[in-house]
Amino acid sequence: MDLKLSAGDEAFRDEVRAFAAANLPASVVAKTWSGRHFEREDHMAWQRALGRKGWLTYTWPKKYGGPGWNVTQRFLFENVLAEIGAPRILPFGVKMVGPVIYTFGTEEQKARFLPGIRESSVSWCQGYSEPGAGSDLASLRARAVREGDHYVVNGQKTWTSFAHWGDWIFCLVRTDPDKKPQEGISFLLIDMKTPGVTVRPIIMLDGAHHVNDVFLDNVRVPVENRIGQEGAGWTCAKFLLANERLGIAEVPASKRGVQGLRDIARAEGLSDDPSFRDKISDIDLQVAALEMSELRVLSDMAAGGAPGPEVSTLKVRGSEIQQRIAELACEAVGDYGAPYQPELLFRDSNESGIGADHAVPAAARYFNMRKTSIYGGTNEIQKNVMSKMVLGL
Amino acid sequence: MDLAFTPEDIAFRDEVRAFVAANLDRDIADKVAAGKHLVRDDYMRWQQALGRKGWLVYTWPKKHGGPGWSVTQRYIFENVCAEMNAPGIIPFGTKMVGPVIYTFGSEEQKARFLPDIRESTLWWCQGYSEPGSGSDLASLRTRAVRDGDHYVVNGSKTWNTMGHWADWIFCLVRTDTDAKQQEGISFLLIDMKTPGITVKPIIMADGGHEVNEVFFDDVRVPVGNLVGKEGEGWTYAKFLLANERLGIAAIPQSKRGVETLKEIARAETDNGRPLIEDSSFRDKLADLDIQVTALEFTELRALSTMAVGGAPGPEVSFLKIRGSEIQQRITELAVEAVGYYAMPYQPSLLWQGANEEPIGPAYAHQSAPRYFNVRKTSIYGGSNEIQKNVISKMVLGL
Amino acid sequence: MDLSYSDEQKQIKEGVERFVREEYAFETRRKIAATPRGWLPGNWAKFAELGWLGMAFSEEDGGFGGGAVETSIIMEAFGSGLVLEPYLPTVLLGGGALALGGSKAQKDALLAPMIEGKKQFAFAYVEKQSRYNLADVAVTARKDGAGYVLDGHKGVVYNAASADQIFVTARTAGGQRDGKGVTLFVVDADAAGLSRRDYPTQDSLRASELTFRNVKVGADAVIGTLDEGASLVERVVDRAIVGICAEAVGCMDAVNKATLEYIKTRKQFGVAIGKFQVLQHRMVDCFTNAQEARSMTLMASLKIDDPDVDTSRKAASGAKVQIGKSGKFVGQSAVQMHGGMGVTDELSVSHYFKRLTMIDTMFGSQQHHLTRYGNISMAA
Repeated sequence: MDLKLSAGDEAFRDEVRAFAAANLPASVVAKTWSGRHFEREDHMAWQRALGRKGWLTYTWPKKYGGPGWNVTQRFLFENVLAEIGAPRILPFGVKMVGPVIYTFGTEEQKARFLPGIRESSVSWCQGYSEPGAGSDLASLRARAVREGDHYVVNGQKTWTSFAHWGDWIFCLVRTDPDKKPQEGISFLLIDMKTPGVTVRPIIMLDGAHHVNDVFLDNVRVPVENRIGQEGAGWTCAKFLLANERLGIAEVPASKRGVQGLRDIARAEGLSDDPSFRDKISDIDLQVAALEMSELRVLSDMAAGGAPGPEVSTLKVRGSEIQQRIAELACEAVGDYGAPYQPELLFRDSNESGIGADHAVPAAARYFNMRKTSIYGGTNEIQKNVMSKMVLGL
Repeated sequence: MDLAFTPEDIAFRDEVRAFVAANLDRDIADKVAAGKHLVRDDYMRWQQALGRKGWLVYTWPKKHGGPGWSVTQRYIFENVCAEMNAPGIIPFGTKMVGPVIYTFGSEEQKARFLPDIRESTLWWCQGYSEPGSGSDLASLRTRAVRDGDHYVVNGSKTWNTMGHWADWIFCLVRTDTDAKQQEGISFLLIDMKTPGITVKPIIMADGGHEVNEVFFDDVRVPVGNLVGKEGEGWTYAKFLLANERLGIAAIPQSKRGVETLKEIARAETDNGRPLIEDSSFRDKLADLDIQVTALEFTELRALSTMAVGGAPGPEVSFLKIRGSEIQQRITELAVEAVGYYAMPYQPSLLWQGANEEPIGPAYAHQSAPRYFNVRKTSIYGGSNEIQKNVISKMVLGL
Repeated sequence: MDLSYSDEQKQIKEGVERFVREEYAFETRRKIAATPRGWLPGNWAKFAELGWLGMAFSEEDGGFGGGAVETSIIMEAFGSGLVLEPYLPTVLLGGGALALGGSKAQKDALLAPMIEGKKQFAFAYVEKQSRYNLADVAVTARKDGAGYVLDGHKGVVYNAASADQIFVTARTAGGQRDGKGVTLFVVDADAAGLSRRDYPTQDSLRASELTFRNVKVGADAVIGTLDEGASLVERVVDRAIVGICAEAVGCMDAVNKATLEYIKTRKQFGVAIGKFQVLQHRMVDCFTNAQEARSMTLMASLKIDDPDVDTSRKAASGAKVQIGKSGKFVGQSAVQMHGGMGVTDELSVSHYFKRLTMIDTMFGSQQHHLTRYGNISMAA
């Protein structure tokens, strides 16, 4: 049992640092540190660079084009990128649909879709939730009716992150309304350019546009775009959700967040305030506990275990921590949390902040982060999962 | 709407203070101030003094022998008593069975039982919970079978507070096993000296004996001791529980508790400075103080509704929840304040009032036992989870 | 980076867990607590025989070359059974002080027999006014010829009544709270002028108040360097913190298991109360708290011997904060979910709760360690 890094690990870490330094534009890094939002191209250019290096799909097995890293290397990679301020890797292709395709897809599907994900030449989004199917995902109603070589899809998806940037969407659709809710679902890949696909923005409480409604109106999808058997979509969905829950804890980003919080506290003259210090120490320790819990899961996985339902606990705590960091930043900036400057938040603008730079995104971030305990299965649902699967209640 | 006391209120407060000063025996006040446990006689001496003055049943209507006080006067009375370290009034007679008897009892029952409650000549206890019926009280199984002029009672009650000191017990018993759960229950008054009653102590986490199991083995209870109608005991039980929840918030006691905590924080030191100057401990004290104030104003709002004729609604469940959480928090902070001297366990000091010298500071030895013991407040009188279910259903309509 | 136990470590774990399972049923423990000593010499002999007393000491000191991970394995299992034998004062504190600060002669005279089960220790570092400041020392050690004379009072000294030797901090120079000028001494428990007032603690252990009146010791009673005892004691205590954190993890897992079992079987309103979502989520929160406590304790056990002193201090304080927080949540929740039974003396649940509460205080509360952690990390 050991937490130390080997010489090889340290060399690896330096290599990642050097790569990031050479390939991340300063303007993008600056957005991270000032809490501004990225444009599509900020993400894509960075992901393409990682793709060229073979590192974008760093969690994939070697045979599908992953780099074959061990748990320690993945951990270091994620932490270095977060420390440096790289945009997070968008998970929809890399961590969600990619593994579904290489696990459940046909050889043709693998050949057709995996390269676009590895190279980040294609941008993916997720069609899961519906207006009437949130926490109760299995009640979804988007309907796919077989018509010769095609499915004709009708329905509506919602909370679709970055659908306005997406080339493709992976969807859960109902192919058999007569079966039990979980059994009539299939997993379809849909080209966003197909006629009948409409994207409508949903503006969030902080003014941000990340998520969308996606309307599917007689959308014709070739049958070969179905992953796995018809009616086996729920299996793919559960597999995907378990993978999602692991990364969703966002530990490296929260570590960076705590560092940012210390900087804000210094700038605000709060670093000697004992109660604010206590609050920072407390959140720092929560992050440390979460990181160690995640490492324990990874260590089990390295020894051959699959991520079990207990990873739900990482999602719950990870979201609470992200929220707490945002809350403390808001507390630290005081009255200068009030001015609202969307131009500065969402667009590349030269306008200057009304308060300190770090104050501009504080409130917006706090509001926005409330989503983390709701998305990816609400924290209440995660606790239901744990209660049933882990505790047997 | 006015927060200020009138001159009459102030005169009343002075009167209560003078009465307490003259009638509360010093040894009792000292025990209360030191957080020591009281014995039966301590309670009785104080309650009988109040009874002689006509103040013991201060919440009762005038026609049943209450003093006819306004909401403000009750508030003043409770606060003065707590401030001056008077023992809490034992609720089983005055706040529980008394109101049930004067609301639902016969004239004979009123004449027979109310005077002893008013004067505190008899000690009452409560027979509600059973080993299998805690939160789900209506599932109780103690059976009362009619046999001529008597009921024959068999079964057991648990979490019976101070039953080992009691002269009488009021019980919920099942008189009809075929009716719906709530409909087969009756409310019986039972003399604890009746043959067939056995009291067995339950020792609490802090080592103290305050609750018991009470066993009933062919206990013969005269039919005249049935309150109200057979099978309507659940109505009376609900009435009683609503009354109980109000006082259970223990706000005056918590106010005194906060003051005691501040004194401890002044006496304790950290790096040579009083703990009360430690910013994080001050924050915790301030937070607690604010919680108590919020609760007190919520209770005042409820009392003010009652003063204009409203009944205590289900929202008083919220007072019980917050009241218990605050009582627990006070004891938790006391443990934090005394540090290592929370560790020594001195049962003889706690329970027997022995003259043994405390190992740490005098206020320290009971801090951990109290913390352990007060965990009960979120469990008894309907657990906080049950209270939230009540609010959810009755107030929010969920 | 590797977080799995080695085969040897697994064996130790199984061994200690077996001992707790076979020798520490709750009713057995109650009987042990009621004996005059409060622990069983037979059990102690078994610990010696199985090598648990020497587990974390170097082979050169007569031990078996383990470290904080092995200590944690043992303490966690002890926590799961609320074991009463004085492993903490004897092995972690007294033994720890000898290992870190003892001379060869002191180790030969004291550590080797301790590992064989022939000596027990107590560690007197608390004073009435000291709270959690290890350098707040009013007990004095006055130079007297070649040796010293000790005077003053020490409080809440665990295992003093059973100890053969008492380790005691005393002031040899400086003001009452100066870091420099504290010296650690070892004193025979039967030394002339040393008197005790013995008592049980809330969690069924035994402790004493100690009064030193003209207690004479030789120059060889100094452990480590004269006047530099504060940092030695801090190291010893930080390592012991990891041990009690592991003990708390054992307590939490055991009490969670008991609570889970209880809410699966206790029926109200015609169903097991574990069917109510409010209890399910609380139980999940208990599970999560215990997992976090385990994570932080593991982290601390892997970092406590880091050569960078701030790293090891932060590790100890960080784990202690988590244990305080998780222990309180798990303990209070276990009582609550057990309902009335939780506040009685009858079930194990209240005993775990009491031990977890005392662990939060021992070596510094959650608040104390939060502040300590902040002082280190904000300075960095």
